[in-house]
Amino acid sequence: MAIAREEARDPTTNGAPVSLAPTWLERIPLAYWIVGFLLLIMPLIASNFVLFQIFGWSFILGMIALSLMFLAGYGGMVSLVQMTIAGLAGYVIAIFGDSGIDAISLNWPWWITIPIALIIATIFGTLCGALAVRTEGIYTIMITLAIAAAFFYFTRQNYTVFNGFAGFNGVLPPELFGVNWRGGTAFYYLTLFWATASYLAVLYVSRSPFGLALQGVRDNPRRMAALGFNVTAHRIAAYSFASVIAAIGGILLVWSNAQISPGTAGIGPVIDILVIAVVGGIGRPIGPFIGALLYVLLRTFAIDVLVSVGLPPERFQLLIGLGFLLIVFFSPDGLLGLWDRWRARAARGLTDGVRPVGGRDITGDDR
Amino acid sequence: MNAAVASQPGAGSTVADRLSAAGTANALELRGVTRMFGALAALSDITLSIRPGERRGVLGSNGAGKTTLFNCITGDFPATSGTIRFFGEDITEFPAHERIRRGLRRTYQISLLFAGLSVLDNVYLACRGVSRGRFSLLRARRNDALMTSAEDLVAAVHLSDVKDSEVATLAHGQQRQLEIALALAGAPRFILLDEPAAGLSPAERSELIEILTSLPAHMGYIIIEHDMDVALRVVESVTMMHNGRIFKEGRPEEIENDPEVQELYLGGAHG
Repeated sequence: MAIAREEARDPTTNGAPVSLAPTWLERIPLAYWIVGFLLLIMPLIASNFVLFQIFGWSFILGMIALSLMFLAGYGGMVSLVQMTIAGLAGYVIAIFGDSGIDAISLNWPWWITIPIALIIATIFGTLCGALAVRTEGIYTIMITLAIAAAFFYFTRQNYTVFNGFAGFNGVLPPELFGVNWRGGTAFYYLTLFWATASYLAVLYVSRSPFGLALQGVRDNPRRMAALGFNVTAHRIAAYSFASVIAAIGGILLVWSNAQISPGTAGIGPVIDILVIAVVGGIGRPIGPFIGALLYVLLRTFAIDVLVSVGLPPERFQLLIGLGFLLIVFFSPDGLLGLWDRWRARAARGLTDGVRPVGGRDITGDDR
Repeated sequence: MNAAVASQPGAGSTVADRLSAAGTANALELRGVTRMFGALAALSDITLSIRPGERRGVLGSNGAGKTTLFNCITGDFPATSGTIRFFGEDITEFPAHERIRRGLRRTYQISLLFAGLSVLDNVYLACRGVSRGRFSLLRARRNDALMTSAEDLVAAVHLSDVKDSEVATLAHGQQRQLEIALALAGAPRFILLDEPAAGLSPAERSELIEILTSLPAHMGYIIIEHDMDVALRVVESVTMMHNGRIFKEGRPEEIENDPEVQELYLGGAHG
């Protein structure tokens, strides 16, 4: 909770610093070590389909949803434009780099196209933020949805730059170090690396002066102004930071699909990102990844489940919708909320009815 | 001053003027400040001068315009008309955060704190708000200069024992003390205290009086306080407000013994 908790707290010393401070490595809970280890050795036990289609896709969607979680969880701003930012980054990669559409693509090398994609997407996200932060609540959602819809229709109708309805195919990652980065294992580690990096970056920044100030702005903008903070500038800067993460997700997404078209960032996928973040839980940065994994599993296996119980396979959207409805109905704070309640109940059971001490940890400390 | 400077040619005269103004100007200078809410004038033509280091009490019944006066000075609500100068500088058009960065601070009548953060984090944010690095992505360390000053401030308002507690878990009196710590962050030049003693126990009130009287002499403040015992012990001059206007100004004992004031506000019950 403290901004700079360099020392660990021992509950028996009533919050006083303990002389022997454990290193940051020792403060990582055991469960995280287990999950981390399993993720690292996953290519040994999982098929290429699982690595690429389940985990690769989950990490990418998780990153884009994480950018929304950062804005919504820490900044109190629900932005529906994150998928659009990712889509724009993907388009920039296709337009400036290689694709099957030779008439448009410029065939520039990856070390130019990737920075350009990140910069353009971040500028776009910042401009969207500059528009959106003038509003609050439902109006932020509406204005960002409007931008997302405008982007979708613009790319569908613009043939000179965005190649209209068809978009771009044959957009492949560069063959660095002689590795085919679309291969199951290579793509898995590529997406795992960037997902982990984004997760850790959000976790770290949440306790930096910028992250704390953002949470202050979320809780009480008027008070933050009375402490000397420029509330509007802080909100816009949050959009910039989130845009970088969404843009990295977008670049990986276009490589994963090997194509991009208006539908990639259509209204459906835009809403899906919100659903993923909410279902996972927007309280902590791990939530969007949990939501993304569940979403990908449902998207991938819902048809099989329906067929096995004798229902028509085209009803798979209904099954996904019902699943999400149930989660949101029983746990408004997503799967993370369910997990927290289960843990609290288990702890109560262990301590024989004694409630655990401590309140909501809005900085996502030690998680 | 301006006329005199205008008669002196040369670019340096402007700087000299500003330096001299900074030395001689009042801490706060309000001229004809009016604030309208629709057709209702919450403040009408307020003209007020407060010297650097002066401690002024603002008294008045509910709806007299005391908190609106604070909101206009800090920029929470802009004034509809009139000018506000802070140590000689015209801040009428400044956004709230720019006024704060010039050394103006305030507390709120109802504690506006960050309930999910610890006491120390709240004060740290206040210190960070008026220093550089507000957008820093790098975490602070315990030995960071700002962190040290945050710890000192927490100690100054007697909250060191609970510095790592979440603010939501603090008692009302402790939250009021934390409000003052936030206002003291970053060496302010002038503070507006909005009913800091509201809801405090007698012991907490004495603690508050001790904190206020031990502030450095150059640090002036305006305090809105209903409790005359508190107000009159911590101020050297008093402004009475009534219906959005200034009704009377004077030394505490003059105001306390003024028959009109006694009739209007004290009902003869006091003293």
